[in-house]
Amino acid sequence: MSAFTPEEIQALRSRFPILGRTVHGKPLVYLDNAATSQMPNSVIEAVREFDRTKHANVHRGVHQLSQEATDVHEGSRDRLAKFLNARRREEIVLTRGCTESINLVANTWGRQNLRSKDVVLVSQIEHHANIVPWQLIGNQTGSTVVPIPVLDDTSLDQDAFLKLLEGAAGPVKLLAIQHVSNAFGTIHPVVEMIRLARARGIATLVDGAQSVPHFAVDVQALDCDFLVFSGHKMHAPTGTGVLYGKFEVLDALGPWQGGGDMIDKVSFSGTTFHEVPYRFEAGTPNFTAAAGFTAALDFLEEVGMEKIHDRDTELVAYAHQELSTVPGLKILGTHLPKAGVVSFVLDGIHPYDAGMFLDQMGIAVRTGHHCAQPAMERFGVPGTIRASFAMFTTETEIDTLVEGVRRVNKILGGR
Amino acid sequence: MSGIIASREAEIVEEFSLFDEWLDKYQHLIEMGQKLTGVDEAFRTDAYKVKGCQSQVWLQPGIENGLVVFRADSDAAITKGLVALMVRVLSGAPAVEIVASPLSFLEAIGLREHLSPTRSNGLVGMVKQMKLYAAAYASQEASHG
Repeated sequence: MSAFTPEEIQALRSRFPILGRTVHGKPLVYLDNAATSQMPNSVIEAVREFDRTKHANVHRGVHQLSQEATDVHEGSRDRLAKFLNARRREEIVLTRGCTESINLVANTWGRQNLRSKDVVLVSQIEHHANIVPWQLIGNQTGSTVVPIPVLDDTSLDQDAFLKLLEGAAGPVKLLAIQHVSNAFGTIHPVVEMIRLARARGIATLVDGAQSVPHFAVDVQALDCDFLVFSGHKMHAPTGTGVLYGKFEVLDALGPWQGGGDMIDKVSFSGTTFHEVPYRFEAGTPNFTAAAGFTAALDFLEEVGMEKIHDRDTELVAYAHQELSTVPGLKILGTHLPKAGVVSFVLDGIHPYDAGMFLDQMGIAVRTGHHCAQPAMERFGVPGTIRASFAMFTTETEIDTLVEGVRRVNKILGGR
Repeated sequence: MSGIIASREAEIVEEFSLFDEWLDKYQHLIEMGQKLTGVDEAFRTDAYKVKGCQSQVWLQPGIENGLVVFRADSDAAITKGLVALMVRVLSGAPAVEIVASPLSFLEAIGLREHLSPTRSNGLVGMVKQMKLYAAAYASQEASHG
């Protein structure tokens, strides 16, 4: 029993106008949802409607437009708090994206809490956005970034993790870990890992860029200090991001960027800062996109996060089954469960060449290192070919991919 | 524009006009890459590597009889074909001509997109390096009269 009937999938597809276009004269097969997801009509319309009728700066004005714009902007915060099951709306900091959220934590929490020789634990297959900010802050604090190794099936080596938690590489101050691997799709057992870290007084940050769009994530159940993710990977406009932080953790942090709205009182003898979360929201926010973010959350909940996850699981299983019949093809990331991503390499064929040919066939996949170079190094490949799915992906599209890969094999691999 | 580069470009444009299908065009490109004499082992190092996000290119410049010569290689087949195309057009040409060449033939054969900075295949960097090398040699020649 499939999560959606074929009619339901067609109805879902008809809500995404971009799916109607062609690429190089062929129908678009969009399998790059993990990089950026597409926006349904309701999201596109919400943004347009805001721009047509409410476009004004938020928080500052007493005039009607500014009031309405503020309601929309703050409404997205309420909506996000509910979506994540946060205790309070103040736990939601609105940012420009997942990367900015991590940099914000590094420059506030990191600067205040990391000391020389402290360890920030990440995974070996982390996205660069969850490695580099910790290295940059480490240049100032003397702290180091240590990877938790992964096994051949791309799951995390839990024995090694335990040893690292016990201080094998130095005192661990923070576990900053991806929930789902963007390169391979592996879902990591973060609930248990957070529990183990917290039991030792270690702070925790979860990179939810690839999990929050794919299944229900409850911050109270996770019990992490921070959760970060981006809007553009969950059918919302780009330029939107979230930093969730436990209120008492956020409240203990000083500001990062300075500017409008993050202040309480400014004078040349000294400045005091606004309360949480506004303290972290310097400058005019992306209020237009916030209108779209709320519409995207409405869309996701209307479709149902449980159904989205079930559909994802079906698509991953089908793609594994079909791709594994292709000679010379190796799937990286065989550990289950996975979320929405199938990554593979073709023996003797550079991923870039494969991606170029697939593009000519109208198939949009991502090729390369997926901003996870240490992950590629771990598996000894220059990059992979990554197909990533959304709830509107069909088995027929996966068949088109498999057919395309077979053609690439013939042209470039002579098999 | 006349000159050795322009006549080589015209030759390539004519050659590619034989292909109607994108697949044939790319296959021809890949075959050109397969026939490319790569770089000497001594040049297959980071110092001569033009880094791209997706594929890598190595470039070995030199001077023969007062002309700039290039040998090059890549780890990806399509990029290697494009590299072969660039070497065929630019290698053995006078330095001043290399510097001035707009390489407009890529447009004519429908491969311009590969020279876009967003492609990150190392090709943009390679062409930049080729022109820089030629410019350096041209100014050296000029000062030595």
